[in-house]
Amino acid sequence: MNMINQLLWVIFPYICLAVFVVGHFFRYKTDQFNWTAKSSEFIEKKQLMIGSLLFHIGVIPVIFGHISGLGIPKSWMAALGVNDHLYHIGAVYIGGFFGFVTLAGMIVLTARRFTKSTVRKLSSTSDVIVNILLLFIVFMGMYATLVTNAVQPDFDYRTSISLWFRHLFILQPDATLMSNVPLSFKIHVLAGFLILAFWPFTRLVHVWSVPLNYVGRSYILYRKNHSGS
Amino acid sequence: MKIKAQIAMVMNLDKCIGCHTCSVTCKSTWTNREGAEYMWFNNVETKPGMGYPKRWEDQEVYKGGWQMRKGKLELKSGSKLSKVALGKIFYNPDMPEMKDYYEPWTYDYEKLTTSPEREHSPVARPKSMVTGEYMDLQWGPNWEDDLAGAHITGPQDPNIQKIEEEIKFNFEQSFMMYLPRLCEHCLNPSCVASCPSGAMYKREEDGIVLVDQEACRGWRYCMTGCPYKKVYFNWKTNKAEKCTFCYPRIESGLPTVCSETCTGRIRYLGVLLYDADRVLEVASTPNEKDLYKAQCDIFLNPYDPAVIEQARKDGIAEEWIEGAQNSPVYKLAIEYKLAFPLHPEYRTLPMVWYVPPLSPIMNYFEGKDSIKNPDMIFPAIEEMRTPIQYLANMLTAGDATAVKEALQRMAMMRSYMRALSSGKAFDESRLARVGLTAHQTQQMYRLLAIAKYEDRFVVPTSHRESYMDPYRAQGSMGYDMGCDGCGPASPNPMNKTGKEIYEENFYGGIWRD
Repeated sequence: MNMINQLLWVIFPYICLAVFVVGHFFRYKTDQFNWTAKSSEFIEKKQLMIGSLLFHIGVIPVIFGHISGLGIPKSWMAALGVNDHLYHIGAVYIGGFFGFVTLAGMIVLTARRFTKSTVRKLSSTSDVIVNILLLFIVFMGMYATLVTNAVQPDFDYRTSISLWFRHLFILQPDATLMSNVPLSFKIHVLAGFLILAFWPFTRLVHVWSVPLNYVGRSYILYRKNHSGS
Repeated sequence: MKIKAQIAMVMNLDKCIGCHTCSVTCKSTWTNREGAEYMWFNNVETKPGMGYPKRWEDQEVYKGGWQMRKGKLELKSGSKLSKVALGKIFYNPDMPEMKDYYEPWTYDYEKLTTSPEREHSPVARPKSMVTGEYMDLQWGPNWEDDLAGAHITGPQDPNIQKIEEEIKFNFEQSFMMYLPRLCEHCLNPSCVASCPSGAMYKREEDGIVLVDQEACRGWRYCMTGCPYKKVYFNWKTNKAEKCTFCYPRIESGLPTVCSETCTGRIRYLGVLLYDADRVLEVASTPNEKDLYKAQCDIFLNPYDPAVIEQARKDGIAEEWIEGAQNSPVYKLAIEYKLAFPLHPEYRTLPMVWYVPPLSPIMNYFEGKDSIKNPDMIFPAIEEMRTPIQYLANMLTAGDATAVKEALQRMAMMRSYMRALSSGKAFDESRLARVGLTAHQTQQMYRLLAIAKYEDRFVVPTSHRESYMDPYRAQGSMGYDMGCDGCGPASPNPMNKTGKEIYEENFYGGIWRD
């Protein structure tokens, strides 16, 4: 049992993180040509509008929510005046709302991917994996937030999962912190790490290409001949 | 003043017979690949008609090009901030879909030979190239060719809809013309301005607009940004692609494939010098109808000593200055004022120019007085309000006078040359009435009617030697892998002796591929 714990909560996350970092570096260096948002809007527009808008508008606050929930220690939050009750309301209601939006978007997108013949035909294996995995992660996240939290109100992930998560990054991994975590949370966490390992090799890389520098750029770009090719 | 050189094109629509050779040769050169089947970097549309993609000229739907907003030039599809911040990046509401172009298909030819004996002969059914499933053909490239179904599609032409009176599409009464279209390689390209990744750019040295395939991230704003709908989305690579103006050919001083293969010899290629500092100012001309004239004013007289001096200072090679002086594009667009930019109201300052067609107008009056008496063509041109307004809606943002004057010059040229070749007297003061001299008219005739190869295509070669070592670069471009014959000979290619290579490749003295 200890070995399995060690494997799931120390070795596996580190492998995923390593693949995530090295994979991105490798792909950026070697595969610029396939680095794209891979939009299928050109093929199908109506369902994409609903699904893509819901998913993206939901998932961005959800990611920031995860960063603050996992990254900011409970004591810091308390020092900022966010007590447990306040935090709980924020996590369940605001997080739940955006989680629901994300899940709705994911359901629409998944249905679209499998029922629209044109979209299905143009889907690569990696698209299908990403799609199913994302749907699963969002669903498990919602399940853990709404169902498990209601069934086991005593459980506080900020003293277990968050602590374990931060310990990974200060290179003091501690698998025992995960031992009393409910199964739904465990599955959500493992699936989350799994998608990190897939990330650099799938369409998800478009996240890093969000064109923020476009806003400050001049409209017309000229390029001069340069030596080399 | 900052002078830049631009390779531009003129098409003489008077001579276009709509044979689609340009489209086909372009396609077999550039877009004969999976994901690009539906793309026609060059296509020929029959006008009046909806075009490709359907109703591409309707910018209230597609939001292409630029518009003036609060006195400032802004993309019609919205500001840079609105693109990144307002969720448009997740879903682009103004983007055309594949069905607006057409779903590419092939035919199930195998059925024709493998079918068992039946009561009815076997049929090759159309099959989608995207899904591989049988499909029902509803629309395709050139669906409305030669006014096929024009009683339905013609009235949906946005240029027709701008004309107020009712037009009947009776074939006896209708006028028809061909419009070959390709990327305009604009001076103020809205596709470049729309690209959030900075993957699209205009080349400093010749103004060709390209997509960097490595930098494109598939955000697809370029498709919306281009009002001519000439940036395409490759559904296989998920990247944008567009007409390259055959830049490898242009660099070598050769015309583009579409120009080279044009059977009607309607295409002209040449250099224009322009003041790059004035692009924004010209594109921001407040009144749409002034845009055509403002665009003409941005081009510089290549014979003006001050221009030549400044061009040299800005690093333009002598050959290119000379090319600008002999440019057929400069002559047709600026000197004779015969060629017009397509839809200047999009404010992109397009660089493919069109000589409006006179023939359909002449044909309309066939059997009437105008043919017997060539001078009657003038009142005839006046009378043809609808076609002229239609042309003006396409070429001058609705300014009919400029189009009418060009048609009159062409008609006058015909009269003059007819008189000259039939030995009849011609009062040269009539030429002056349309702003021409006898010498100019003959030059014009030579360029338009004789259209010699070397007069049509004045393309100076690029000066790669100024920024690279061409000797060392030999063989570094082209097929990446396993192309032995591409590079400079190496002492021991693929570890084979010269004799072995010879024996493998020559068979009885015939080159074997």
